[in-house]
Amino acid sequence: MPSEALADRPAIAKPRRRALTHGLTQNAPVLLALTMLIVSLVLYVAIFLLTQHHLPGGFEITTTVNDTMPLAAAAAGQTLVVLTRGIDLSVGGIIDMSNAIAAVTLRDTPASMSLVTVMVLLIGAAAGLVNGLLVAVGRLQPILVTLATLSIFQGIAIRILPQPGGSVPQIYTNILANPNAPWSLVYIALLGALWWAFRRSSLGVAILAIGNDPMAASSNGINVVRARVMAYVLAGMLAAAGGLFLAASATGGDATTGDSFTLRSIVAIVLGGVSLFGGRGSAVGGIIGAFITIMIANLLFFAHVNQLYESFFEGVFLLIAVVAASGIGYLARRRA
Amino acid sequence: MLQTVAADLVPAVEGIGLSRSYGGVRALNNATFSALPGEVHALVGENGAGKSTLIKVLGGRVRPESGTVRVMGENMSFAGPHDAHRAGAWTVFQELTLLPAMTVAENLLFGRPVRNRFKLIDRAGTERAADALLNGLGITYIDPRALVEDISLAERQVVEIARAITQDAKILFLDEPTSSLVEREVEWLFRQIRRLRAAGTSIVFTSHRWHEIRNIADRITVFRAGREVGTYTELDEDHAVTLMTDRRVDALYPARSLLLAPTPTLEVKGLAGTGISGVSLTLHKGEILGVGGLAGHGHRELFFMLFGAARAAGGTVTLNGRPVRLRRPRAAIRAGIALVPEDRKSEGLLLSIGIRENLTLSVLRRVSRFGVIGRRREQALCRQMVDRLRIRSGGLGAPVGTLSGGNQQKVLLGRWLLTDCQILLLYDVTRGVDVATKHEIYDLMMRLAGQGKAILFYSSEAEELAHLAHRVLVLREGRVAAELSGAALTAERIVAASVRDHHAV
Repeated sequence: MPSEALADRPAIAKPRRRALTHGLTQNAPVLLALTMLIVSLVLYVAIFLLTQHHLPGGFEITTTVNDTMPLAAAAAGQTLVVLTRGIDLSVGGIIDMSNAIAAVTLRDTPASMSLVTVMVLLIGAAAGLVNGLLVAVGRLQPILVTLATLSIFQGIAIRILPQPGGSVPQIYTNILANPNAPWSLVYIALLGALWWAFRRSSLGVAILAIGNDPMAASSNGINVVRARVMAYVLAGMLAAAGGLFLAASATGGDATTGDSFTLRSIVAIVLGGVSLFGGRGSAVGGIIGAFITIMIANLLFFAHVNQLYESFFEGVFLLIAVVAASGIGYLARRRA
Repeated sequence: MLQTVAADLVPAVEGIGLSRSYGGVRALNNATFSALPGEVHALVGENGAGKSTLIKVLGGRVRPESGTVRVMGENMSFAGPHDAHRAGAWTVFQELTLLPAMTVAENLLFGRPVRNRFKLIDRAGTERAADALLNGLGITYIDPRALVEDISLAERQVVEIARAITQDAKILFLDEPTSSLVEREVEWLFRQIRRLRAAGTSIVFTSHRWHEIRNIADRITVFRAGREVGTYTELDEDHAVTLMTDRRVDALYPARSLLLAPTPTLEVKGLAGTGISGVSLTLHKGEILGVGGLAGHGHRELFFMLFGAARAAGGTVTLNGRPVRLRRPRAAIRAGIALVPEDRKSEGLLLSIGIRENLTLSVLRRVSRFGVIGRRREQALCRQMVDRLRIRSGGLGAPVGTLSGGNQQKVLLGRWLLTDCQILLLYDVTRGVDVATKHEIYDLMMRLAGQGKAILFYSSEAEELAHLAHRVLVLREGRVAAELSGAALTAERIVAASVRDHHAV
C-alpha cells in the first residue's frame, strides 16, 4: 500500500469527533424522545400529586408498564416496516386477531399456554408475510395493502370472537402482565436487547439500507425483496405479541380492542424519532415513544379531562412533540 | 504500457452484442467491448453514447435485452450487482451508492463488517477496521464515524472508490470517478489505479477529461450512439472528438464575444455569510465573469446567495442601479436572475416528468390563459427551445430522468432562457458533460453574452474559465483572492491563485 498521504490538506482535514459528541449526534432522536418521556413523567407526577394528594405508587407503575407493553411491541414492529419506507396499518387488525385467538383457545395448562403463544406468533408472522409479499413482490403501495389487510384481519377477529369474552388463565396474566409488580419491564428490556442485536445483524443493516436508498442497497448486494418481506413478517409477529400482552392484561379477549393501535403505533414511533421517510430511527425510540403515548393518556385521565376530549388533547400533544422534535433537529443541524 | 494486444490473453471482461433500451431510446445497440487483465481501459463518448449503460450491464446493475457478458471467458448472467461482485467485478457507479444515514465505516465495510463471536456486527471494531483501511490508502481526512450525509461530495466519492478498490476485484469499473474530485484526489486515485493494474486488475473507466485519459489509459474505446466505434492504443483529442461525434468540431472553445461599452448590471458589495466574507464584484451586460478556485472555498455559497437560496449575513446587491433583497429564489427569479446548478438532479429538474413540463415550469403564466395551460403554445415554445439547444431525447414527453447528463443540463438551461432572465448564474454546468455537448454549451454561452445577458460562471476546470470568461475572480477561503484579466488570464494563474496568496502570484 502506498504511504503518500493526502493528509497535507489543511482546507479539508478536520478533527475527528470525540466519542461523546459522536454518540450524542448519532442518537439525538432517541435522546430527544427520552427527554420528552422525562418531561411527561414529571408532569404526570405533578398532576397526580395535585389531584390525588399522594405520589403515584406501585399500582400506578405496574398499570402503566402493563398498558405500555402491547403498544411497545406494536411500535417496535412498526419501526421495522417504517425503516424500509413502508407503513403497516394492519397492526391493529393483527392485534385484534391474536387477542381473539388467545382468548378463545388458551387453557390453563403449560402445554396449551406455550402452544397457543407460539401459534399466535406464527399467525402474526403469516399475516405479516401476506403484507410483505404484496408490497415487496407485488410492488403495491404499503398504505393500500395494509389498509386492506387491516379490514380483513379485523373481520377474521370478529368472526373468531363476536362478543368480548373468552378467558385468559391467571398464570398467563401473571407471566405476561403481572398485576402486582412491574415485571413486564423485563420484556421491555428484552425488546431493547433484541433491537440492539438486530441492528447488528445482516437483516437489520439491510432494512436500514433499503430505507436509505433502495437502489443503492441493491447495488450493495442486498436482496431488497427478501429484507422487505422480513420487515413485515417481524412486524406481524411483534403485533401478535402485542395482542397476547393485551389479552393477558385484560384477562380476556375483545376483537376490537386492537383497532386504536394502528394509529397509536405510528404516533409512538414518530415521537420516538423514527423518520416516516425511512432509513433513520431505532426501535428503542419507538418503545420510548410508546411510553410517552401512554403517559399522555394517563396525564389526561388524572387531569380529569372528559374522555370525549381525550383524542383532542392527544392530537395537540402529538403536534407539540413533533414540532419540538423537528425544531430542535433543525437547530442542531444549523449549529453543526 | 500495453502496446500490442496478445491474442492468447483471455479478456477479464467481455460484452458481446449487448443491447438495452430505455423508453424508446436505444442506450446500447449491439455493443461489443472487452478489457484485458492488468490494463486500464478508458471508455469515451458523448453523453448518451451508452458508456454508463455498458458499465451498468457489465457491473450487474442492469440486465441486457440481448447479448452475452463474459468474465474470464465464462458466460455470466447477473441478477444483480451481488452476482457481479461474486464474479470479481466491482463498480463505482456515477450516481453514488453510499447510504446517507449510515456512517462512513458502515458503508466502507458494507457486506464485510467486523463481527463478534455471536456473528453480530461489532460497530466499534468495524470503525477501527475502516480507519485502518482508510489510513492504508493514505486517506486521513475522513472520519470513519461521520455519517455519509455529513461529508462533502468529493469525500463521498473517495469513500465510494475506497470501498470498491479494497475488494480484491478482478475487474473494476469506474464510471466518471473523477467528476467531483479535486486535482490532488485525482492523483491519489491514479496512484491506486496504477497499483491495481500492476496487481493484474482490469480497470475500465469513463471520463470527460482528456488529460486524465492520456495520463492513465492503456487503451481507449470510443462509443457512439450505443455501440463501439473502435479501440485504440493511441488517440489524440481531436481525432477522438471526431470519432465520438462523427463530425468535426473545429475548436473546442468558441471565440470570446466582444465586450464593447460595458454597463454594470449586477453589483455586489461586501457580501458575507456562511462560507464567504466580504465578496464584491461587478457583472456587466454581455460579460462572462468567471469564478475560479478550489472546491469548498465559497463558490457554492456565493451562487446560492445571489439566487436567494442561502441567507446573506451582510453586504448589498444592486441590480441595474437599484438595491435588491434576494431572500428567496422567487425574488431572484422575479428580478431576472437564474441559477443552473451542478447537481441538476436535486436542484432543479423534476426527473420523473417530461421535458415539456420541466421547460415551462417557471413560465406557466406565459403559456396559460385564465390559468389553463395552452398545450399548443407550450408545445411550440418547447420545440423551439429543444431545437435551439439541440436537446436529444425520445420526444418532448420523455421523462427528464431518461436523458443523459448533458441533455438534462440543457433542459434546465432552457427553462431559464424561457424566463427571459438577464443574469445567469452557471455553477459548474459542464461537470460530467461530454466534449461535444460542452462545445454546444460554450457556444450557447457566447451567444447569450452576445445578446447582452450577463453570466457569472463558476467552473472547477481552470482551462474552461481561461478560455471563456472575460475576467476571472479567484475565490479562496471565501474571499476574492485575485482578479485576472487580459494577458494574466491563464489556467496556470487561476490554479496558482487558488492555492496561494494573491500577492505571491
